[in-house]
Amino acid sequence: MPIRKLKNLFSRDIGNKPKEPISSTALLLTITICAFSAMYIFAMIVWGGGFLNPQQFLDIFNNNAYLIVISCGLTIVMIAAGIDISVGGVVALITMTCVIFLEDYSGSIAGSIFLALGIGLTIGLVQGFLVAYLKIQPFIVTLAGMFFAKGLTTIVSSVPRTVTNNTFLEFKQFRVVVPGIGSCGKTGNFIPARIEPGVIIALIIVLAVWVMLKWTRFGRNLYAVGGSDQSALMLGINVKRTQFLSYVICGLFAGIGGYVYLLHTGAGNSANAYQAEIQAIASSIIGGTLLTGGVGSVIGTLFGVMSLKTFSNIVIASGLREPYWQSITTGLMLCFFILLQSVIIAYRKKKGVG
Amino acid sequence: MLKSLNIKKLSHSQLAIPLFALFLVIVFNVFRDISFFSIHVITNNYGNTVLSGNLVSIINGASELVLLAIAMTLVTSATKGQDISVGAAAAIAGSVFVRVLRGNEITMPVIFLALATACIVAILFGLFNGALVAFFDIQPMIASLILFTAGRPIAYWINGGATPNVDSPLLSYIGSFIPGIPIPSPILIILVFGILVTLALRFTNLGLYIQSVGINERAARLNGINPVLMKLLAFMILGVCVTIAGAINVCRIGLINHETILIDIEMDAILAVAIGGNALSGGKFKLAGSIIGAYIIQALTITLYAMKVSSTAVKAYKAVVIIAIVVIGSPVVQQHAVQLRNRLFKKPIKLTENN
Repeated sequence: MPIRKLKNLFSRDIGNKPKEPISSTALLLTITICAFSAMYIFAMIVWGGGFLNPQQFLDIFNNNAYLIVISCGLTIVMIAAGIDISVGGVVALITMTCVIFLEDYSGSIAGSIFLALGIGLTIGLVQGFLVAYLKIQPFIVTLAGMFFAKGLTTIVSSVPRTVTNNTFLEFKQFRVVVPGIGSCGKTGNFIPARIEPGVIIALIIVLAVWVMLKWTRFGRNLYAVGGSDQSALMLGINVKRTQFLSYVICGLFAGIGGYVYLLHTGAGNSANAYQAEIQAIASSIIGGTLLTGGVGSVIGTLFGVMSLKTFSNIVIASGLREPYWQSITTGLMLCFFILLQSVIIAYRKKKGVG
Repeated sequence: MLKSLNIKKLSHSQLAIPLFALFLVIVFNVFRDISFFSIHVITNNYGNTVLSGNLVSIINGASELVLLAIAMTLVTSATKGQDISVGAAAAIAGSVFVRVLRGNEITMPVIFLALATACIVAILFGLFNGALVAFFDIQPMIASLILFTAGRPIAYWINGGATPNVDSPLLSYIGSFIPGIPIPSPILIILVFGILVTLALRFTNLGLYIQSVGINERAARLNGINPVLMKLLAFMILGVCVTIAGAINVCRIGLINHETILIDIEMDAILAVAIGGNALSGGKFKLAGSIIGAYIIQALTITLYAMKVSSTAVKAYKAVVIIAIVVIGSPVVQQHAVQLRNRLFKKPIKLTENN
């Protein structure tokens, strides 16, 4: 899709018979991808070293697979003009519950996966019902959801726990070797680049959501409902069910994200996924999803996560190692993208381009 | 005639929900343990005769929340969104306050100077959020997300990465008790502030203008109200409230910890607005509702502490209670309840009744 849209952009620039104007979604996506590429190439030229190492690039995925998954859920909810800030709390709750289940109840891997998905789905169902059918403001519902999940995490266990289950640890240490790319070690031998299984799950989810948003009736309904729920209702779309399902999917993704987090760290802690909801919202915004709804793409969200994390790597590489610099620069980056979006949208509104 | 009656009915039902919720919390405590309400007169460490008891600690502890709930109501009304950076802004204001205090010998004028400096800084940060909202038309929650992410680190940076303490009897006058007066000073501050705000809303058009911007921005502009100014003003008032809340909190505990000062208060403030029956989508507001909402949240917290629930687990119970209150207050549920009642009693009952 981006290639077709890029061609569109190109033809517009040259001035040869402008075709249909590029949509807001595609324009914001293009900006995000360009910004990410520019940032990464800049980092490769200036700092080289780690940024040239394919493994470090893949580590962005390895460390943030869970963030990609929950950001996908948030993108879906945000396209339908909702918001879900409970995801971080749900991730923490799931890691803790699964660890307790595996350790104290000697549960099986399959059981823990079902548990994770079940918790995510349940919270999604309840939140979706309250928002869509009882018409309570999504911010309040999911805020309560976050409080509930975080509180429940400390009720389940107030001390951090680690998994010692052998089958789980084997699963956790499993790595997929990416053929063809890698780096040379200090002794000159070739070290192939590796990715964690969580990354594959995350990428499958991105692909699935992209297909869903692009080609299914439900995906199109999401954009319609987010654009204007009144118009969507007039078109005969079941607005309530669409909103409800968006929260259910977001809850399910929080469940998957929680399990991916557990696969990465192997520990349950009430401080897990701290501020993950903010990072997920930030990633979606950077990726071109508007909180007003109706505009957004999941590929953009993927690039949003990558931009956010690359930027913090750049901040560390440039010598600002104190942790507070990361937050300040994340804020600045968010500020930049929010302003950029608002200017573009205002300009397009003025020109009357959808 | 008909219109004024309608508004009356609306305002009635708006305060009905928070009052009902407060009533529920009180009744629950009456049945749980009647001694919850007892108030003692004790002598504290400084030798003052002071009031103590759960009720006092509820009203005292809710002071910061009440301030932020008032300001949040105004911001919600004018901008149709909420500022989620109040906790971070309070950390910045508190850090500036402490920085100025530590730079000088603590006397009464220095305290006022520190307060004024913190106030200016907080108003500037408020204006930053306000400018994003008013000029760039960004939703407040997104605009304040920036400061929410960067605010506490900035507070950390202001005091050079430490958690400095300030110790002075003058500060404890603000944070706990003034000798000779048995009521905690934060309660008195809130009382004075509440009277000032009530007077301001009664004798100026501020409240009316802010509401009209929230209800219909275009119509407000056509009537000669400057929506941008009103939104900026709401954020400036928020800055003032945030400073007072931050300063009270610093005086209360005698130090500033940028990570934990007024943590999660933005959530509580927004909930106070919602429980107070104010629409989070802006427009008409009732300050009394938000203030009662703030006291409900604090009462709930203290009740849970009294039931020996651990401080981290309190959140989960709070969430359940809040959802219950919001569900009861939701128009859809009320409509169903009224229909059910009509079917049972075969007599139309007005929507203004509870449930």
